[in-house]
Amino acid sequence: MSNKIKLAHYWGAGCGGCDVALLDIDEKILGVAEIADIVFWPIAVDGKVKDIEAMPDGSITCTLFNGAVRNSENEHIAKLLRKKSALMVSFGSCACYGGIPGLGNLTNRKEILDLVYTGLPTSDNVEKVIPQPATHTKDGELELPVLYDTVLTLDQVVDVDYYMPGCPPTTNLINEFLGIVEKHVKEGAPLPPKGAVIASQKTLCDECKRKKSVKKIDRVYLPHEIPIDPEKCMLEQGIICLGSSTRAGCGAKCLEGNQPCRGCMGPTAEVLDQGGSMLSALASVYKVDEKEALLTEENIAELMAQVKDPMGTFYCYTMPKSIIKRKVVEKKKPVKKEA
Amino acid sequence: MSAPQAAHAEPKAAAEGEWEPKLIVFCCNWCSYAGADLAGVSRLQMPTNFRVIRTMCSARVDPEFVLRAFASGADGVLVLGCHPADCHYIGGNYRTRRRIALLRVLLEQYGFNPDRLKLEWVSASEGAKFQKTIKEFNETVKELGPNPLTEE
Repeated sequence: MSNKIKLAHYWGAGCGGCDVALLDIDEKILGVAEIADIVFWPIAVDGKVKDIEAMPDGSITCTLFNGAVRNSENEHIAKLLRKKSALMVSFGSCACYGGIPGLGNLTNRKEILDLVYTGLPTSDNVEKVIPQPATHTKDGELELPVLYDTVLTLDQVVDVDYYMPGCPPTTNLINEFLGIVEKHVKEGAPLPPKGAVIASQKTLCDECKRKKSVKKIDRVYLPHEIPIDPEKCMLEQGIICLGSSTRAGCGAKCLEGNQPCRGCMGPTAEVLDQGGSMLSALASVYKVDEKEALLTEENIAELMAQVKDPMGTFYCYTMPKSIIKRKVVEKKKPVKKEA
Repeated sequence: MSAPQAAHAEPKAAAEGEWEPKLIVFCCNWCSYAGADLAGVSRLQMPTNFRVIRTMCSARVDPEFVLRAFASGADGVLVLGCHPADCHYIGGNYRTRRRIALLRVLLEQYGFNPDRLKLEWVSASEGAKFQKTIKEFNETVKELGPNPLTEE
């Protein structure tokens, strides 16, 4: 037991899919149990935070942290596990880029709580009771984590050693990484450089087996609107596929399943803003014909309005890691006129 | 190139108490930068609170540049390129206008007033149009007030 590595797996603001992904590595999971003691994994094993607090700093070999950070508990545990772990892995799209919960940055805490607890047609909350961080009862004080206004990525809160994107990370990537850690522990093999992304360095188009030719589209379609040719590039068929702005490493599984890429692997190393990159690419594949010079700016705005929800399309997984990060509020101030 | 020197220099301090927006102006090398140059050598008067960034083509202006400008505190971003059918690279400006149209929708979703981003065509002979565009855009952004990202 003593020569086993210590593994922790925690969930922040996520859906639990990443936890299942780790279970989903088939018989390799037995190998994990062989090389590792799981010290903390709320979804699968009974472990208490106070046990982690009692461990010496740096004594956990590796923590896989999935989910974004959007409340005080997520942040507290992220900081605790960082202190106790030699390696901190940002596991899954939410931890790396904010993921789907990251779209919460289009709104704020107040709007979310108001809608969920009082605004829904099915909510029956006459007294408008909204969860509070502390509630006094006759039996003592009850505490709840504080929901943040802004969804954060793991690396915006603690120092991260490796990134393993994907929604969830694929079995291959998990096995590859566990193999690296095992080799390091057993044979002293070197670890990847700090900050490495455990995935490909290229874009998804490199992995995608579809035939690619000239990209010229008249309009965009949603996947259910047309019969999709399983052999031909998605984008060439007018379906918005984020493959060209997304990191490879997942094996283009969605495209094998005849669905476009939605970008869960995040941007490649050269790109800061996955959404901006895809927006640029999509705008460029719109066909230009001889009448182009006669088109007005209104015509063009109409044409591009075919993309109904650029934010939800291009930043589906990466809004908290984008350049702007969250929704802003214009405060139109009265302008001081010259006397 | 003499003209955009005013733009490269640190903008003059605004009149006491009056807020001056920070504007970023992307000019394509072939038309708009020459247009800015002409405005300069013609000594056309215009506000000086803008910085010109020359790119080879307006299509070189990656949406990332615009987002970074806003994230760094620009109050308005102006993209200037060759008129339709005049692009040095044949169709760069057509791509630009599709991108900018889409980017304006995105900026609105981010909560920005989309008027903080403007695309205009300025040819090498249109020094006066450069001046007019700068003046008008400066007024628009002044009306809108400071970039909400820098407001906090």
